[in-house]
Amino acid sequence: MAITKARAATVTAGPHARGGIWSWITTVDHKRIGILYGTSALVFFLVGGLEALLIRAQLARPENGFVGPETYNQLFTMHGTTMVFLVAMPAAVAFFNYIVPLQIGARDVAFPRLNALSYWVFLFGGLFMNSSFLLGQAPNGGWTGYVPLTGPRFAPGLHIDFWVLGLSMLGISSILGGVNFITTIINLRAPGMRLMRMPLFTWMTLVTSFLLVTAMPVIAVALILLIFDRFFGTSFYAPAGGGDPVLWQHLFWMFGHPEVYILILPAFGMVSEVIPTFSRKPLFGYAIMVYSGILIGFIGWGVWSHHMFATGLGPIADAFFAIATMIIAIPTGVKIFNWLATMWGGSLRFSTAMLFAIGVIASFTIGGISGIMHSAAPADLQQHDTYFVVAHFHYTIFGGTILGTFAGIYYWFPKMTGRLLDERLGKWHFWLMFLGFHLTFFPMHWIGLLGMPRRIFTYYDELGLGSLNLLATIGAFTQGVAVVLFLWNLLRSRRHGVVVGPNPWNAATLEWSIPSPPPEYNFAVIPEVHSREPLWERREATPAPPAPEPAIHLPPPSHWPIVVAFGVLLTFGLFLANVWWVPLGGVALVAFGVMNWAFEPGH
Amino acid sequence: MSARKPEKLRFLRVFRAAPLAALIACSGEYPQTTFRTVTDFGQSLNDLFGRVFWWTIPILVLVEVVLLFVVIRYRRRPGGPTPKPVHGHTGLEMLWTLIPALIVVAIAVPTVQTIFATQRRAPDEALMVEVVGHQWWWEFRYPEQGVVTASELHLPAGRPVHLQLRSVDVIHSFWIPRLGGKRDTNPRPAREGQRPKLNHLTFTVSQPGSYLGQCAEFCGLSHAIMRMRAVVHTPEQFEAWAQRMQAPPAPPAGTLAERGREVFLRSPCIACHTVEGTTARGVIGPNLTLLGDRATVGAGALANTPENLARWIRDPGGVKPGAMMPGTRAPGGGLPPTGLNDADVEAVVAYLLSLRSGE
Repeated sequence: MAITKARAATVTAGPHARGGIWSWITTVDHKRIGILYGTSALVFFLVGGLEALLIRAQLARPENGFVGPETYNQLFTMHGTTMVFLVAMPAAVAFFNYIVPLQIGARDVAFPRLNALSYWVFLFGGLFMNSSFLLGQAPNGGWTGYVPLTGPRFAPGLHIDFWVLGLSMLGISSILGGVNFITTIINLRAPGMRLMRMPLFTWMTLVTSFLLVTAMPVIAVALILLIFDRFFGTSFYAPAGGGDPVLWQHLFWMFGHPEVYILILPAFGMVSEVIPTFSRKPLFGYAIMVYSGILIGFIGWGVWSHHMFATGLGPIADAFFAIATMIIAIPTGVKIFNWLATMWGGSLRFSTAMLFAIGVIASFTIGGISGIMHSAAPADLQQHDTYFVVAHFHYTIFGGTILGTFAGIYYWFPKMTGRLLDERLGKWHFWLMFLGFHLTFFPMHWIGLLGMPRRIFTYYDELGLGSLNLLATIGAFTQGVAVVLFLWNLLRSRRHGVVVGPNPWNAATLEWSIPSPPPEYNFAVIPEVHSREPLWERREATPAPPAPEPAIHLPPPSHWPIVVAFGVLLTFGLFLANVWWVPLGGVALVAFGVMNWAFEPGH
Repeated sequence: MSARKPEKLRFLRVFRAAPLAALIACSGEYPQTTFRTVTDFGQSLNDLFGRVFWWTIPILVLVEVVLLFVVIRYRRRPGGPTPKPVHGHTGLEMLWTLIPALIVVAIAVPTVQTIFATQRRAPDEALMVEVVGHQWWWEFRYPEQGVVTASELHLPAGRPVHLQLRSVDVIHSFWIPRLGGKRDTNPRPAREGQRPKLNHLTFTVSQPGSYLGQCAEFCGLSHAIMRMRAVVHTPEQFEAWAQRMQAPPAPPAGTLAERGREVFLRSPCIACHTVEGTTARGVIGPNLTLLGDRATVGAGALANTPENLARWIRDPGGVKPGAMMPGTRAPGGGLPPTGLNDADVEAVVAYLLSLRSGE
């Protein structure tokens, strides 16, 4: 603790010293980019949440006429696409950005301008896709975009064009981010920060980044083939032209399953930080937690066809993917047991962050168990594409990723702002959201097993599923109230929250050794690391802090990332003109931007 | 599978079925329930689900109980002890890696057995039915009987059935939960020499009855109204049905129905629809032979009453968004309006509803 106080004294300027919109547009500071990612993800979360509420309003009773089928199909397509690509992933990336360099004792990421580029490409891609609502032509083929339904013959209009082009941009952004974080974590660790001393969140970021750079190219291939089918008249997927629609399913899920681990591993990382801190105990079985994360990353590549048990791949493929899927449950289970063991014998403090982390254990386990039920391929034939699956993946993605991310937000908000989020409002938020979540999704297990397929804009009274659906709708609106409380908390606490020092939770990792919010250069002196819990271990013997370095080099702001990102937007956006050479205008802007980027002084 | 099981272990089935039974108890009114299956196929799926359920639910309960215990027992109390910094325990970690691994083996073995058992080649004596998915209705073709029908899959109880599944447009998924699991209908490649993308389902229905189902793979605008039902007969009733399908009754002379027949046969309806025994030989739309027997019109959009059928003929798109059939005033499916007047519609309704087996 002494060392942190000494460091706090060296702070001269916070990250917000330079203000104004332009400073945000040109920023290359990983902390500011993290805030940009987080804020954008939050806005998209509200959009995707609104879509969810409209879906639930339509399904509140049988044969409801609240929205028509066309609107409904757009709503569920954009709800899924938004929540996966524009909320869960960027929210995780927000924390990669803000927290990982601080956890490994670095002053920025390896490629600060590339980092800004990934953010702007993500933002433009998200805005581009959502702008389709203004034309009334939002994507309507489901977030999985199965061909031939999304091919040119069955999906005329701009709906699917917006989807393939927007997703392509988001893929570019993710690959750039992945490259950046792999490089950062491998190369920029402080002295003594060996791989096996890295905090779990940094570890999970590393695994996720490898998944990003390997999985995203697969969906890029799938999307490029679909772009060719739609714009240039090829028939990769069109049966009439000798193409194969099942190819899309393989490519999509070969990306899609690593993708679900891209969604969940960062949340696992956050939970693995929060639980030890509020149990006042080190993480139980650190090495196993790391290895199980890596193993999940590897096996995650061998399970994709469990999304395709009804496709008709034959018994050998079904058996292989069933067994691989069951195997992946083992390392996932180990994580759950190790979290319980971390809490066992601890001194648990139920801060809001801790409540959300406990909520993850309670909820994700249910999603994991229903996942094993799906892995039994023949049994899955009754569950596939029903609300049972909808229940399952919301238990994992909402119960795991979203609750885990809220744990991260309550945990690291004081680091980012120097103020606590209000704990009383936070507890209201947690309980309303937790209860609303289970009220929404638990009945869906029954709704599915009693015969309701997913993605239907209406269901008939004779199915007898009206009351269970109404229950789910009530739960969804309860969650809506919880989100409003959270927003209010966020806005209020940013200005009026309790002011705190560098380490309000008495946590163990490096980010808590520097002031809250951290100065632009993060560490006045790059720390030396001797253990996994540097702030806990150093309580006894504190060496005298070395003198601050005389000059800290930080990269200057740059406007070229946003210029290049705009070029990427033009390249993809101009495809809508459907004239092959028009997008070349965007390519030219990208080339111009990259040239200037390369020769920019100071970098 | 169960046949090979030692008799003394049979009683265990009671335990496997218990949670399912509990659900069945409260699922009396759910016509699309997956719990009360009436085929060998559905039964083996539910047996497997029961096994997986019993192997996994204890883990869930254990985790939740331990979590609750830990949360209560180890909450921070003022003046409480400082926790010991335990970093791990190899034995414990081995234990909770190996036990789940053993459970995985316990569910993997019956899973693989069931996968192969449920995807066997259909026996030669099986009744073959081609199931063809269309946006947004189901076609059922019986090559053996020379019969084609739509939206209602007629089957005999007690005889193995072999469904051969394909689609003419996008991917659909055939699912009648009480008959067992779903299977996609993939579009068939149009080119010569390519392996056709046919999928198969084989099962034997044990009891006659009417079982609801619907498309389970999102297939566009009216995916929600792509419904069907299986009408399962005794073998004799099934043969009788197939006979009547080949030679449906002609309406008695001088009735409204007979006038409707004339209107129907000179209207554009026959470009897409077939009625056996008439000049209506269209194959794009649903076959209307014995339409009067069907429970619904528009693939489950409306109950099959004279008023609803008239409403459907006047404005299919208003009843079922995107329906690829023209109305009397509005075009549909790329075709111009039929131009039938109210009297025509009334007559055609009378004719179509007269196409029934009369039982």
